[in-house]
Amino acid sequence: MSIALLIEQLLNGLQLGVMLFLMAAGLTLIFGVMGLINLAHGSLYMVGAFACAAVAAATGSFWIGLVASLIASAAAGAITEIVVIRRLYDRDHLDQVLATFALILMFSEGMRWLFGSFPLYLDIPPLLQGAVPLPGVGQYQLYRLAIIGVGIVVAIGLYFLIARTRLGMRIRAGESDREMIGALGVDIRTLYTVVFALGAALAGLAGAMVGALQSVQVGMGEPVLILAFVVIVIGGIGSIKGALFGAILVGVVDTMGRFLLPKIFALVLPAAQAGLIGAALASMLIYIVMAFILAFRPSGLFAAQS
Amino acid sequence: MPPKPRLSRETVVNILLALMLLAFPLGASAMGETFYITLATRIVVLALAAVGLNIALGLGGLVSFGHAAFFGLGGYVAGILSTHAFNAEPLLFGIEGTTSMPVIWLVAVMICGIIALPIGAISLRTTGVYFIMITLAFAQMIYFFAVSWPAYGGEDGLSIYVRNEFPGVNTAQPLSFFLICYVLLMLALGLFWLLRGARFGAALEAGRQNATRLAAVGIAPFNIRLVAFVVSAMMTGIAGALFADLNKFVSPSMLSWHMSGELIVLIILGGKARLFGPVAGAMLYVLIEYALGGITEHWQFFLGLILLCVVLFARGGLLGLLAGKARHG
Repeated sequence: MSIALLIEQLLNGLQLGVMLFLMAAGLTLIFGVMGLINLAHGSLYMVGAFACAAVAAATGSFWIGLVASLIASAAAGAITEIVVIRRLYDRDHLDQVLATFALILMFSEGMRWLFGSFPLYLDIPPLLQGAVPLPGVGQYQLYRLAIIGVGIVVAIGLYFLIARTRLGMRIRAGESDREMIGALGVDIRTLYTVVFALGAALAGLAGAMVGALQSVQVGMGEPVLILAFVVIVIGGIGSIKGALFGAILVGVVDTMGRFLLPKIFALVLPAAQAGLIGAALASMLIYIVMAFILAFRPSGLFAAQS
Repeated sequence: MPPKPRLSRETVVNILLALMLLAFPLGASAMGETFYITLATRIVVLALAAVGLNIALGLGGLVSFGHAAFFGLGGYVAGILSTHAFNAEPLLFGIEGTTSMPVIWLVAVMICGIIALPIGAISLRTTGVYFIMITLAFAQMIYFFAVSWPAYGGEDGLSIYVRNEFPGVNTAQPLSFFLICYVLLMLALGLFWLLRGARFGAALEAGRQNATRLAAVGIAPFNIRLVAFVVSAMMTGIAGALFADLNKFVSPSMLSWHMSGELIVLIILGGKARLFGPVAGAMLYVLIEYALGGITEHWQFFLGLILLCVVLFARGGLLGLLAGKARHG
């Protein structure tokens, strides 16, 4: 096994982590501010991917598609918040799980209704096609590097938004005491809609970017949703820093596990068996990591103070 | 609760539901409509799984989003044991497979218990959303193991060529198999009723309402909850074994998080912590599924819409509607 291959896998893990961060940031923000557990977040990711693929196919431009995905997912998020989610803030988590589970059914079937059962395809934009030489790696896909770049920009942007702007101040205030900021005259209903739409837009962005790597199809959001939940639970629900750390951890552990575990088992077992056990264990690895972390830190690594 | 001279409204509704569930396949059988017997069996098996979950979720307030794990494990026990018996290959350590349902149920109960114990012990250290998520994580772990382990079909699942046997009953006959499932469901409901009425049930419900007070009177909530979680998993496991026998097929989809969601949906549709809640929920769910499936190919959309409306506007579910508010808080 060469070092170059190892670094390439590490970068792939980082790319997965960055994508998970875009999902997890929205989820954790929504949970932190509104106390809502939103299973339908994966559907917003799917909406973003479909919007991007459909608009890119119609206009021929990935970039217009990307803008469309942000608008579509933010709009879908805002409408969902106003019509349904708003009624769930005072309910217990069980009702929230159930209502958003129902939303998943509606979003998935609605998308199938609109676009049919066949997957859509989205091409990588010409500007980002091809590979770039990296020191120590050889060639690495430019598009994946761009995703990592977008993730870093979003992470820094979110930090500034939350720590430095008026909206961020309100979000933080909403996290610590929602009655009080309502009493101080902040329109908390609009704030909630804005936060939800922001989270939805991040999920849509992730969906659109990943859409060019995979096929765009109904149900694509669900595996990502579960991974994003693992991320925020590991990181501590409500903490953006935790989401970033958890996302990178999950992305890298998952990718490296799939790459390394079969090789490690091959040192002590026959090749066929090693591949089998390695692959089975690798697919369970992040859940094992999560169970392990929660067993020792029951509220995650960066539990938000509340 | 003080003894009541007359049957309460809920008891009457419960008896009616039980009779309806029995009369439906008997009528279908008299008219030779096997399909409806299968539909009724599906209701009964799903209800049994949900009665199991209702012990943890309804009585204990433990929102397990991973009960599909036990449902699927039960299914795989049935599938694996009967495959080994069918091929006449011994399992590990020379133990033979079997096609006897009671043995399969016993093994399913034991396996689910053994696996639920550590899962419960770890998960119950957490509360709230974390509990929901960690139970989901454990179920996903088992799901991915089943998908990636090729010995028993992997992603494609495992077929059971001949339905397993029950002494003295021809299980290949749809009505006989229905009756086996129905009797098991009634036994499970009896157990649920006994548990709820016993001191154990009182402690479990007290722990849901206020764990600190429960601890203050000298009962550790953790132990009570762990027992409830394990018993609940065992019951769901038997339902899984029956479900595999009903479909003559078991696949990782029985372990998927969608299945866990569906089990919760059954309870909420019917009425949380109510004795017949899961039964009413399963009846409603399967009938909606069947009726909508006949009208539109996009029935899942409308199923979602109905669910959403139940959660938002009809708290208390079907039993809340039929029998009034639950007496237990």
